[in-house]
Amino acid sequence: MNCSMQIKAKGDKKTINCEEKAIFSNPNYCAKHFSKYVEQKTADTIKKFKLISPSDKICVAVSGGKDSVSLLYILKKQGFNVEALAIDEGIAGYRNITLDFLKNFCEKHKIKLTIKNYEDDFGKRLDEVVKKGEPACNLCGTFRRHMLNKYAAEYDKIATGHNLDDEAQAVLMNLFKAQTRMLGRQGPKTSKKDFVRKIKPFYFLKEKEIMAYAFLNDINVPFIECPFASVSFRGHIRDWLNALEAKTPGTKENIIRHYLSLTKKIKMDDASTLDECPLCGFPSSNGLCHACRLKMKL
Amino acid sequence: MEVYLEKTDEHKTISFKGTAKELLEKLGINPEEALVVRAHELLSLDDNVYDTDKIRILSVISGG
Ligand code: SF4
Ligand SMILES: [Zn+2]
Ligand SMILES: [Zn+2]
Repeated sequence: MNCSMQIKAKGDKKTINCEEKAIFSNPNYCAKHFSKYVEQKTADTIKKFKLISPSDKICVAVSGGKDSVSLLYILKKQGFNVEALAIDEGIAGYRNITLDFLKNFCEKHKIKLTIKNYEDDFGKRLDEVVKKGEPACNLCGTFRRHMLNKYAAEYDKIATGHNLDDEAQAVLMNLFKAQTRMLGRQGPKTSKKDFVRKIKPFYFLKEKEIMAYAFLNDINVPFIECPFASVSFRGHIRDWLNALEAKTPGTKENIIRHYLSLTKKIKMDDASTLDECPLCGFPSSNGLCHACRLKMKL
Repeated sequence: MEVYLEKTDEHKTISFKGTAKELLEKLGINPEEALVVRAHELLSLDDNVYDTDKIRILSVISGG
């Protein structure tokens, strides 16, 4: 199949079809137009949801995966004032490899990279704590969010690589677990009351589209999985959603569009009920924040 | 056809002729979760693949 992009012929007002071979299905675009499509969709999301103002200094939270690295690449390419922040949990055989990649990538593209590690903030590496029997992902996620808020405080926004798949999964997970309070963390940007506002310029792009973009633009992130990744509830939702999407294309997008139209109609009370954690001063709904509690337990 | 599956780090030799989509079906892989690559070129799902091809199946999803 050929690329379905309509282009203007030189010196002509009429449009003609691009004659290159498509390298992607749905949307059917050639390599050049596929990259343009991804970049344009990112720019459109930023514009439509007013994610970035011209004076903003943006911190891109990078994990070394294709989503966050592609986001960093595109925001830099589009001329935004971006820096990268990575959190080193201390996971031997995994995080050191993704961090090496990130260091090279940021050096090559002249982007300032800051790396902060768990050990300095919480006294221990994640793999040490896990050895003692603590469940990895709960600790890992809580500390990571805590450190992001802490070290991104000097920036105007934190940009994350969350994509359409992540967001559709999150909407369903909240629904199935009846976690209404979490709704405020979703959407292309978090509420004004958030510590540092989080923005998701890839909100309308599928994971597969970002993967293809990374491939086409030589963003060769190492394929490596965290040794602590386990079959999770999210994993089940993801597999199920992918099966649905393959049968009924558009399912994922319908979920987030439905979510967006719902949130327009209901008043969100997400962060409005939050107090401050007496130890660290971060938002907390119930005395000590989750990160400080876990830290005391360790 | 030689197929390399990135997710499981497996090499397979199979006899196959058809579209990239049909190849994924045969391998039991959801097309939402993979990219099909031949000689550093991305293939669309309706591209034909041939018995003499060397194919890499890249995994879209990864843990962590
Ligand atoms: S899989 Fe769990 S432990 Fe590993 S990086 Fe992700 S959240 Fe952390
Ligand atoms: Zn084209
Ligand atoms: Zn606290």
